[in-house]
Amino acid sequence: MSAQATATTKPQGVQRAMRLVLPVIVFAAGLIAWELVVRIKGIPPYVLPAPSVIVLTLIKDWAVLSQSLATTLLTTLEGFVAASVGGIALALLFNQSKWVEYSLFPYAIVLQVTPVIAIAPLLLIYLEQQTAVVVCAFIVAFFPVLSNTTLGLNSVDRNLAGLFQLYGASKPQTLRFLKLPAALPYILGGLRIAGGLSLIGAVVAEIAAGTAGAGSGLAYRIAESGYRLNIPRMFAALLLLSLAGIVIYGVLALVSHLVLRRWHESALGKEN
Amino acid sequence: MSPGKTSSAVETGLTHLAVSLRAVTKTYDNGVMALGPFDLAVRKGEFISLLGPSGCGKSTVLRLIAELSAPSSGIVRVARHEGEALPGQVLPGHGIGFVFQEPTLMPWTSVRENVRLPLKLAGVPKADARARADAALASVGLADFADAFPRELSGGMKMRVSLARALVTDPGILLMDEPFAALDEITRFRLNNDLLALWRKLGKTVIFVTHSVFESVYLSQRVVVMTARPGRIQADIRIETVEPRGEAFRTSAAYSDYCRKVSAALAPSYSGQSTL
Repeated sequence: MSAQATATTKPQGVQRAMRLVLPVIVFAAGLIAWELVVRIKGIPPYVLPAPSVIVLTLIKDWAVLSQSLATTLLTTLEGFVAASVGGIALALLFNQSKWVEYSLFPYAIVLQVTPVIAIAPLLLIYLEQQTAVVVCAFIVAFFPVLSNTTLGLNSVDRNLAGLFQLYGASKPQTLRFLKLPAALPYILGGLRIAGGLSLIGAVVAEIAAGTAGAGSGLAYRIAESGYRLNIPRMFAALLLLSLAGIVIYGVLALVSHLVLRRWHESALGKEN
Repeated sequence: MSPGKTSSAVETGLTHLAVSLRAVTKTYDNGVMALGPFDLAVRKGEFISLLGPSGCGKSTVLRLIAELSAPSSGIVRVARHEGEALPGQVLPGHGIGFVFQEPTLMPWTSVRENVRLPLKLAGVPKADARARADAALASVGLADFADAFPRELSGGMKMRVSLARALVTDPGILLMDEPFAALDEITRFRLNNDLLALWRKLGKTVIFVTHSVFESVYLSQRVVVMTARPGRIQADIRIETVEPRGEAFRTSAAYSDYCRKVSAALAPSYSGQSTL
């Protein structure tokens, strides 16, 4: 009896390189155009700072900004962890009991569709500021984790479920060896969305807190710089926020890829 | 309609029979009557095929035998094979191996782990279970692919893994639900021969569902032809030929005669009233 494995083809190098190079070219071109427009037209920095000024401000104000960045990242991380744990746990609970799902799911949706910017001021009244900010990040981020995990747990192959039944698998065994692995790609997809959203939630809450005159996160710096017409610092803080968002997304995408690369379609090359 | 019943050989005194279905019917929740009344007796070690049009309840029969669903009425009896289980130890899969239409493998883990699953669920120690999984893989010719992932295998190889998983518990009864339907003909012929060789070697009772007349005649000692829904027995045809069968049988006159006979039995279900 002879058999052979299908050969895995190598990803095409050129296409891969272009995916990195092209966005960089667009970015550089945009920066140069920006710098030129500001210099030629002589636009003052409090209206529109040139990229070079923003970078200089970033270096000059690094002490303040890095402190704020750390604060915001910590908030984001706490919100993300709470959202991940809460979302997955709630989805597991829903999966075990239909009654719990019917009772609670509508409220999860209510929490999701109510704009967090409208809830933030209330939370800031009732909770300690740092707690309120984390709760905001949690509220924004937990729903995609919940709905994706629920979807994943319900997407188990019917025949595989029958197989587990045939071999007398217990409920915990079915959960551990069948449902969770089958749901993993969905869960990771949910986490990837939640990472970016917890940053948004943290920022929104910080801005709400900032209007109340307190805070130390990056969003607070943006609001504060706005009041003081320190536009270059506003841009510098914004730049840091964008970079933080990109890094969060990149890390989560990488984790997802590493976990799924051996078996899931999403992590395999297109030509397979 | 009184609820159906499934009982073990111990209390029913099934001696030479592996499976017995008496006046079994199955009506689904939506009111569709899928099967019956249906009677079937399968001797231990026998290889039978269930043949019939789509939706005639062939798969339902297998699901009833495997206790994946309960009959609406009638009695399903299955002789539980002791296998290698020690006294007092529950045999995983209750002595039944099931091969589905699709390979039904877990894509997230290796071939070996897929084959080991029934033993893992039954709490067989890891080292022992791994050894048995490797032995089962070797019996279907995939010893070198234990560490591969399912997606790295061809369709025929995945089906072999599925077969190895069904065999790993050493069940007395092997239920196969159109296992080779999705494969190309050449792969199917080869798997047919390998399945026959395994059957001769291991002496399992095989109940093989197919909608291929040729496959059923080639493989089985008995072809049970079913009517359109609700499935009943249209004909029960014994295939007698020189054993062991090989490619010579596939080209013999006797083979063509049997195929003609089975096709004739099947004719009412596609020439009569339209069911699709």
